[in-house]
Amino acid sequence: MATAAPAPKLNHIGLPVLEYRGGKTTLCAGCGHNAISERIIDAMFQMGVEPERVMKMSGIGCSSKSPAYFMSRSHSFNSVHGRMPSVSTGAILANHTMTTIGVSGDGDTASIGMGQFVHLLRRNLPMIYIIEDNGVYGLTKGQFSATADIGSKLKTGVVNDLPAIDTCALAIQLGATFVGRSFSGDKKQLLSMLKAAIAHKGTVMLDVISPCVTFNDHEGSTKSYKFMQDNDEPINEVDFVASFDEIEVDYESGEVFEVEMHDGSNLRLRKLREEDYDPTNKSNAVRTLMEAQANEEILTGVFYINTQKPTFIDLLNLVDRPLGQLPESLTRPPKSALDSLMASLQ
Amino acid sequence: MATGQVALKDVQGGNSTRGRVVNDFSINVATVNGSGSQSANSVLLKSIFGMGVPVSGKNLFPSNIAGLPTWYTIRASKDGYVARKREAEVLIAINPETAKQDTLALPAGGVAIYEENLNLKQYRDDVAFYPVPLDKITASICPEPKLRKLVKNMVYVGAVAQLLNIDLGVVEQGLRKQFAKKQKVFDLNFGAVKAGHDYAAATFIKQDPYYIERMDKTAGKIIIDGNAACGMGAVFAGVTVVAWYPITPSTSVVEATTDLLKKFRVTPDGKATFAVVQAEDELAAIGMVLGAGWAGARSMTATSGPGISLMAEFAGLGYYAEIPGVIFDVQRTGPSTGLPTRTSQADLLSTAFLSHGDTKHIVLLPGTMRECFEFGYAAFDLAERIQTPVFVLSDLDLGMNNWMSEQFNYPDKPLDRGKVLSVEDLDRLGSFGRYKDVDGDGIGWRTLPGTRHNKAAYFTRGTGHNENAIYSEKPEDYIAGMERLARKFENARKQVPGPLTWKNGKSKAAFLAYGSSDYAIREGMDLIQKEYGQEVDYMRIRAYPFAQEIHDYVASHERVYVVEQDRDAQLASLLKLDLPASQVVKLRNILHYNGLPLDAQTVVEEFAAQEGLTSVAALQVEDVEVHEGAVAS
Repeated sequence: MATAAPAPKLNHIGLPVLEYRGGKTTLCAGCGHNAISERIIDAMFQMGVEPERVMKMSGIGCSSKSPAYFMSRSHSFNSVHGRMPSVSTGAILANHTMTTIGVSGDGDTASIGMGQFVHLLRRNLPMIYIIEDNGVYGLTKGQFSATADIGSKLKTGVVNDLPAIDTCALAIQLGATFVGRSFSGDKKQLLSMLKAAIAHKGTVMLDVISPCVTFNDHEGSTKSYKFMQDNDEPINEVDFVASFDEIEVDYESGEVFEVEMHDGSNLRLRKLREEDYDPTNKSNAVRTLMEAQANEEILTGVFYINTQKPTFIDLLNLVDRPLGQLPESLTRPPKSALDSLMASLQ
Repeated sequence: MATGQVALKDVQGGNSTRGRVVNDFSINVATVNGSGSQSANSVLLKSIFGMGVPVSGKNLFPSNIAGLPTWYTIRASKDGYVARKREAEVLIAINPETAKQDTLALPAGGVAIYEENLNLKQYRDDVAFYPVPLDKITASICPEPKLRKLVKNMVYVGAVAQLLNIDLGVVEQGLRKQFAKKQKVFDLNFGAVKAGHDYAAATFIKQDPYYIERMDKTAGKIIIDGNAACGMGAVFAGVTVVAWYPITPSTSVVEATTDLLKKFRVTPDGKATFAVVQAEDELAAIGMVLGAGWAGARSMTATSGPGISLMAEFAGLGYYAEIPGVIFDVQRTGPSTGLPTRTSQADLLSTAFLSHGDTKHIVLLPGTMRECFEFGYAAFDLAERIQTPVFVLSDLDLGMNNWMSEQFNYPDKPLDRGKVLSVEDLDRLGSFGRYKDVDGDGIGWRTLPGTRHNKAAYFTRGTGHNENAIYSEKPEDYIAGMERLARKFENARKQVPGPLTWKNGKSKAAFLAYGSSDYAIREGMDLIQKEYGQEVDYMRIRAYPFAQEIHDYVASHERVYVVEQDRDAQLASLLKLDLPASQVVKLRNILHYNGLPLDAQTVVEEFAAQEGLTSVAALQVEDVEVHEGAVAS
């Protein structure tokens, strides 16, 4: 049958990529956020994650709209500005068996949401937290955000005179266990990082530079496509081999830093710099990022990973079943319990 | 003062029982916070309770850790009155800083039991003084200097027990319960009680009329505080996620909840069927509650005024996105930080309408310990049934003071988890609209994340949405959603706890109130009957939105006195929004907002003044004068 369309490629749970798609985007054409949504779709599809086992969380802003544009078969919660971490925490406490992906922006995270963001990191809450980072507030027409680099310029000529908050350095210091930076235009790196993120147990914090084509893609911006193409400095080459993948490439020893993820997959970080970069060394990771900021370098790649640290769910010692689905027999104590309390109060 | 002196002389005159005041007075223990007097006061309270005498205990404490004055009042009342009384007849003066002021505040004929070296006799000559060398006695029985501060409190318990005729065996029993399983601690404390008791017995001749005598009015009753009762309610509601931020006076709600969860909700293999998270602030606490409620957990937080203010934005999200959650607000005195350790009812309006836009909330208003427990669990059923945040509005007086109560009854109905679609339901239906009013009650069906069906997912948002949860800015979609929410709220009038009424069918004037005002009003009703010969009806509201009975009650009276503990007549204002214009004019206000719990005298005085009542005694005097006049002529 020469005229029949070829059968769509299915992932290892038997779903075509179509089942990972979302609604039509309403963001600007060329917005970096759309590329990130595409990579999330690819990563979830390739990892064979069941869409119904995913919770999509977000705050407020252009970035936070994007969960509507991927994975319509997953429950989603678009909450209030800067408060996605607390809503996610509650949702994960109610059902810790889900894969949770949160999409935030630089304003939503580094300004209004800073208080909740740092506590999410501190708890090592098991979720993927993506900052779609463009350095400006889009929906309110282009004010600087707190991740805008010092000296960068708005279209109107206004120069930013405050230093940027480095969300990656912060995340490493405060307890996230998988921290990296990528660029919406680097398909390969971002996809590998997202796949590894899905395999990780703990807080994954990915700062993805995602240019705003409308308000921050001009000369003088440090978050434009051009600037990133010229200045993106990968610290390592990220390669992810899922537990069900066949291993294709063997690296020479010493060339690659290999991390075994808790689901049996492998994260391979190929060295790109002269000095050895050890992504399990927390203080070195923070130092490297601080030096890069001082040198006006935009480092990307996986900066830090720790597969051993207990998550917040581990610390709470929760039962395996989701708390939200426990039957009354397990949640309401029996009458004898009330009787004993009443007796003790007489 | 004159009457007091007479009473004092009577008693000093010999063994006459004339003027004896039995089981009807208050004790005021004036100490310093951080001195560990709490357990001693609790033993004293429970000893009177153990004597079968109705009792209540109120802690008047500063917002401070140590060193500032604290007063704990115990009211013994044979008639079962447990509201605050303006005056306490018996003073236990331990705090040198306030001793003079405390002594001067005693009514004539009162009693001062005090640390000997305070020399309080210089201030009054119409009070019975019992100086006790507390420090000396303590030093003699407690060799460990570090413990003396605590043990000293038990010495006054012993002296007071002797002077008021409280059975030492009952005190012993109370102590045993308090220090269950800690024999050494018990021995030390009971030794102190006995030393105080022996000293008083050997030293004093009773000069005052106050006695505790055995009654049988506390059998089968419990003593508890409202926060513990609310926490117990939450645990028997099967709460699974608790997120909170510490704030007085609500902290002990979560402490009580956590203790019980650890006790009753750990599986045999040591795993928790609950999560308690101390959040970074109240914004995060309510965010976690809503996230958990959305994902299917029974979730709660507890807070007070400042926390309620911070929760405003999320409260609107919960209302508009229709997410269950329970928020306990233990009210304290505002505005702003206000008086953090004093009671109030001034959060009513801000809670009922918490958040911007057209937002309104279900607010449960417990007035008794039993209701703290029952509303504590009913709130979870209502939140999941109606799919909305439900507030339980308590206050510091209910929450942190010690109340006598009937025992709590085990819930008689299974948990109501509301409208949740399962995979089988979705198979049968093919699809669903999250905000579609398929049952005509304004409440849609929801699905929980993790429901393994390709039609289960929907998009939850605080932005405008249509009945399929799709983003929409269309006027007709917005109006439809808002009207459905209003319908849902209107229906809630019949689902929330209805009011309680004390009615005689004759009274044209009536009281209307909620929460902890109850005790002072009911005592006040008896006083009005005694002093003015008038019976007054009373209705206690137990939830917002208001039930129809509240409208009927106002309609059936000419003058309705809305009694509440705030400056701005918030309950009356809320009623005015609800009642027809013809009824609004009937509302009068009795307002009490000095931070102290409401007392009966305030209710009576305000009512009598506004009603223009003349006391029965005055009427009788008038009567006599008229009669004499007649004879003279």
